[in-house]
Amino acid sequence: MTKVFSLQQVSKSFAAVHALKALNLELQAGEVLALLGHNGAGKTTTMKLILGLLQATQGHVEVLGEDPIRAAQSLRLRMGYLPESVSFYQHLTGLEALRYFARLKQVPVSRCPALLEQVGLEQAMQRRIKTYSKGMRQRLGLAQALLRTPELLLLDEPTVGLDPLATTEFFLTLQSLKEQGCGIILCSHVLAGLETHLDTVAILAQGQLRAYGSVQQLRAKTHLPWHIQASGHWQAADLHAELTNLGAQQLQLDDETLYLSTDLEHKVPLARYLLNQPEIDSIEVLAPNLESLYAHYNGAEAQQHGT
Amino acid sequence: MVRELSIVAGKEFRDGFRNRWVLAITLLFAVFALGLGYFGSAASGTLGFASLDTTIVSLSSLAIFVIPLIALLLAYDTMVGEEEQGTLLLLLTYPLSRTQLLLGKFLGHGLVLSCATLLGFGSAGAVIAVLTERFWDAQLWFVLGMFILSAVLLGLVFIALACVISVSSREKSRAAGAALLVWFVFVLVFDLSLLALLVATEGQVGQTVLPYLMLLNPCNAFRLLNLTGFEATQAYAGLVSIAQNQLFSPSLLMVVLLAWIIAPFSLAAWLFQRRHAL
Repeated sequence: MTKVFSLQQVSKSFAAVHALKALNLELQAGEVLALLGHNGAGKTTTMKLILGLLQATQGHVEVLGEDPIRAAQSLRLRMGYLPESVSFYQHLTGLEALRYFARLKQVPVSRCPALLEQVGLEQAMQRRIKTYSKGMRQRLGLAQALLRTPELLLLDEPTVGLDPLATTEFFLTLQSLKEQGCGIILCSHVLAGLETHLDTVAILAQGQLRAYGSVQQLRAKTHLPWHIQASGHWQAADLHAELTNLGAQQLQLDDETLYLSTDLEHKVPLARYLLNQPEIDSIEVLAPNLESLYAHYNGAEAQQHGT
Repeated sequence: MVRELSIVAGKEFRDGFRNRWVLAITLLFAVFALGLGYFGSAASGTLGFASLDTTIVSLSSLAIFVIPLIALLLAYDTMVGEEEQGTLLLLLTYPLSRTQLLLGKFLGHGLVLSCATLLGFGSAGAVIAVLTERFWDAQLWFVLGMFILSAVLLGLVFIALACVISVSSREKSRAAGAALLVWFVFVLVFDLSLLALLVATEGQVGQTVLPYLMLLNPCNAFRLLNLTGFEATQAYAGLVSIAQNQLFSPSLLMVVLLAWIIAPFSLAAWLFQRRHAL
C-alpha cells in the first residue's frame, strides 16, 4: 500500500500556544482517517500542516512522498480540500466559481458542469452563489475539492448543512474515491453513522493524540460496555439468573424484552445463549459506537486535567 | 507562473467590469477632462474648449487628487476582503504561490484602472483635439500619451500601496481607514510639510535637498513629469517649480514612479509571505 501522508513527532507552536505536541499519524492510499477532537484540539492545524499552509515547529511531515512546503505547488494539484464553512465569491454563479478554480488547478473547464451534476447542483449552477443555501455551498465546496480527482482529500466538517439524502450521496462519493485509491482525512463533529465509512480514527485533545487505530482496535482498548437487546416471550425470573451468571450487567428484564450491558469477553457467550432460547423473537448486539469512544477518550482527558 | 497570473488577473478584471468600476472610472475621467477643457478658461470670462495642453496641465493637478483615491478604493480590500469573506484560505490551497496571487490581483486592479484611464482621458483628449482643430498635432498626442502613461503609473503606485495596507490589515474597515490616511498624507500633508520645511529654513533647503525630498512622494514625480513640457504653466506649478527643469528628466521621473510601484509591492509580497495562514 502507498503511504499518502505521514507526520512523525510533529509539533506546532504559535508563540506560547502549543497547538500540536509530538503528533504521529499516517494514512495509506484508499483509506479514510477521521480526525476527531473538541474545538481547538489541533485538527485544523494538522490539516494546514498537511496542506503546506503551515510549517511544523518540530518533526517531519511528508505528503505523497514530498515535503508539503517545498513542493507545495505540485502537491496541491494532487490534493483536494474542503474547508469548514466554505465560502465563495458571492457575485459569481456556481459554474463560474468552479471554472475559476478549475483553471487554477489546470483542469479543463468543460469538466465543471458534470462535476456540479455529480454533487446535485445541476439546477443551480447558473444561479449566483449569494442565493445558495448552506448545503448548496457545501456541495459546491465538495465539487471544487474533487477537481482533478485528488490522491489526498481533506474534508473539514463536510456534512454540515447537507440534508440526509445529500449526506448519503456524499458517503457514496467517498466510497468511490476510496476505491480509486484516494486517501481521505475527515474532520467532523457529526459522529453518528460515521464509523461505517472509516478505516482509522485519531482522537486529538489539546494538541496530543489520545487515541489512534481502527474502531475495532479502539473498542478493544477501551473495554467500554457492549449492549444486547432482545425481545421474545419468556419467564423473566428463569432468565435473570442465567444471564447474570454469564456476565450480564445492568440487566433490565421483563417477560417480553431484555436489555443488558456486558464486556467484550462475555458478549459472545451471552448472545449465543440468547440465540439458543426457543422463545426469542429478535436479538441485537450493539458495539460501543464512535460517540461513546470519543466521549471515553475526551472524558479521560478531562479527568487528567481536573476539569 | 504567467498562466496563474493571467487567471487571477483576468478574474479581477472581469469583476471590475461586472461591478461597473471600469465604467464609472472611465466616465469620471472623461467628464473631468471635458469639463476642465470646456470650463477651464471660465475665470478669464470665456467658455469653450481651450488648448489640450492647458487642459492636460489642469488635469494633472486634478489627477493627483482623484487617481490615488480611486486606486486605493479599488484595491484596499485585495487580500483582507478575501480573508473576511472566507475565500482566501481556499485560494491558498490551490497551486499558486502567495506572490502569484498578490501579483495577479495587483495586475487585475491595475488593468481596470489603466483601461479606465486610457478610455476616459483618451476619448476626452480626442474630442478636445478635434474641437480645437489640433487632431493631427503629433506633439500634442505625445504629451497626452505621456500624461495617460504617467496617470497609469500613478494609479499602479497607489494600488501597490493599497496591497501593503490590505496584507497588513486584519479587518476591511481598518484597511479602508488606513487607505484614506495614506491618501491624506501623500496628497495633502506631504507638500504642506515640505512648504513648512522651506519656511522654517528660510528657503535654504530649497535648491539642495528639497527637490530630492519631493521624490519621496510619487504624486510629485507625476506632477513634475506632466509640467516639464509646458513652460506657460510653470507659474502655477507651486512647490514643484523648485525642482522643475533642473534636476529630473522625464525618464528619471518615470523610473521614480516605477520604483514607487516595485518597492511597495515587494513590501506587500514580503508581508503576505510572513502572514499566518488564517
